[in-house]
Amino acid sequence: MTDTLAPAPPTPGARKAPAGPSRWARVTGHPLLYPLLAMVVLLIINVIATPTFLNVRVQDGHLFGSPIDIIRNSAPVLLVALGMTLVIATRGIDLSVGAVAAIAGAVACTRIVAAPDEGALVTAVMAVTLALAVCVLLGVWNGFLVSVLGIQPIIATLVLMVAGRGLAMLITDGQITTVNNPAFSKLASGYLFGLPIAFLVALGMVGLTALLTRRTALGMLIEAVGINPAASRLAGVRARTITWTVYTFAAVCAGLAGVIIAANTRSVNANSLGLWIELDAILAVVIGGTALTGGRFSLAGTLVGALLIATLARTIPNIGIPSEANYLFKAVVVVAVCVVQSPRARAALRVRRPSVTKVEAR
Amino acid sequence: MVKKSLIAAAAISMSAAMLTACGSDSNASDDDTITMGFSQVGAESGWRTANTASIQASAKEAGIDLKFADAQQKQENQIKAIRSYIQQKVDVIAFSPVVESGWDTVLQEAKRAGIPVILTDRAVDSDDTSLYETFLGSDFVLEGEKAGEWLVANAADADVDGDGTIKVVQLEGTTGAAPAIDRADGFATAIAADPSIEVTASQTGDFTRDGGKQVMESFLNSVQGIDVVFAHNDDMGLGAIEAIEAAGLVPGKDIKIITIDAVKDGMQALVDGKINFIVECNPLLGPQLMELAKKVLAGEEVPKRVVTDETTFTQEEAAAVLADRQY
Repeated sequence: MTDTLAPAPPTPGARKAPAGPSRWARVTGHPLLYPLLAMVVLLIINVIATPTFLNVRVQDGHLFGSPIDIIRNSAPVLLVALGMTLVIATRGIDLSVGAVAAIAGAVACTRIVAAPDEGALVTAVMAVTLALAVCVLLGVWNGFLVSVLGIQPIIATLVLMVAGRGLAMLITDGQITTVNNPAFSKLASGYLFGLPIAFLVALGMVGLTALLTRRTALGMLIEAVGINPAASRLAGVRARTITWTVYTFAAVCAGLAGVIIAANTRSVNANSLGLWIELDAILAVVIGGTALTGGRFSLAGTLVGALLIATLARTIPNIGIPSEANYLFKAVVVVAVCVVQSPRARAALRVRRPSVTKVEAR
Repeated sequence: MVKKSLIAAAAISMSAAMLTACGSDSNASDDDTITMGFSQVGAESGWRTANTASIQASAKEAGIDLKFADAQQKQENQIKAIRSYIQQKVDVIAFSPVVESGWDTVLQEAKRAGIPVILTDRAVDSDDTSLYETFLGSDFVLEGEKAGEWLVANAADADVDGDGTIKVVQLEGTTGAAPAIDRADGFATAIAADPSIEVTASQTGDFTRDGGKQVMESFLNSVQGIDVVFAHNDDMGLGAIEAIEAAGLVPGKDIKIITIDAVKDGMQALVDGKINFIVECNPLLGPQLMELAKKVLAGEEVPKRVVTDETTFTQEEAAAVLADRQY
């Protein structure tokens, strides 16, 4: 994790202080400590259940093993959560991302099937481009409802959440569309430098976003809109444009996620593609330390949150939780992470280390 | 297959469905032709659309005037459609209930109007079985049994690693859905005949390809020496194939695959040798439905439960019929 991605620094004082206790304070006070700990605990549980869980071997020229599967399967949630992070930072929410993902998958797959040369690389590129272009329109629609008409984000995006899946069904005719395009399936199942392309794409998007928000003023402007839209507007921030932009960005991220999900099984099922992914994404954002009330956001936190969710999804079949209990298991883990992350719980944990509390200037 | 669509469908198709439901003239039962009102669940899968097409085609063939309404996964739409059929005085009502419960009132109304009701594909949980004439649909337990029986009969061949035990991993359908529960039960009953067969891991893949793939990826790492995959539908089996191939194994050879449904993509995989055995879950129940409707209206006695004509496919059998498959 680079400094670029680092979430809100604890305090300027703590950052500069080189002494031992303050470094300890920085670690214990770091918002990502508990999600990372939760991930370590999950991995330990997995290793106990399957001793070979962390083994990675080279196969057919790429890495293979559970950790690789986890980072590959985390890509869609990571992408959706990335867009969601910025939307939430502006004090908004986007419920339509799952439906947008379904539309993107539907557009890409039907385009590939309809193309004269189904297996060609250019077909895949055109189809994905078209899908993302459609997503830009959908994002512009969401942004229009929120920033121009001033509709509450939860309601504004609910429109597309409901209608979008119907739209995806219309595009696919309610059928599962299967495509045969090697380049398209590589997007999800392919490897580059031994690593899954899907994850590299998602990571690339995170890096790009980090660059744009942290190396320019954009991140600060987004946070300003989230903290107080009216004040930021009076201060000369184009709140409307910023809001519009983040919803469009969220839709594009969701579209990319949808295309990757479709490529993963070389098919699109408008009913199930990206179903509930908006909830996983919101979860990843919140676990990552971005508050739903807007303002400060953490891209590194979102990355950790998405990886935690993917690890959790993998843990369920790996340790053999019965199907009936797997939602419960997931809920228990999520509640546990949220509880230890809560300010009260963290304060309680700190009390036992009096030397540390002095340094913490919260 | 029994996928819950939580989506209200687009307004356009909704109004189109309403038009179909209410658009025909209302004195249809005056002449000799039989009028049937049919309320379909929706169009959530290839299986369902094939089911609809079969009912529409066989009604035409049997000379039955079909009034068709798509309920878009909503019980209230179905109840509305059935009420409108009662008002239109159709000769017989058939429908695939979206959910099991809550049908007593509207079925009583049909009974009082003297219109016989036939259930297709899915059952209702009403205690009063006089509310409907018969239930035509698949027997999911039987489907699971057929899958298990094939495995027992081919046990020697299925023990890929030759260690004397046949390790099966099961990809379950949506937790709590009738086909998922019944298929698991039927399969477990059938494989009990051979103690060397055991289900070592079982997890839901939600009837989707993505779900099947992710669960299978995990099983491939956590379960040593998998011999057989039993998937509750073709789609999860197709997802498992992707995971098996990604792990550098050959589906159908290194790991045998048994699925249920026999949709086109599944049949293609069977012909390609990636799946070893498919138990059919037949959506083409139109001809049987029309026959039953005629019998009921002629006053003949019909059994309360009619199981859809269903078969099974080995790789050779699939190759012979693939070209003619309608779904």
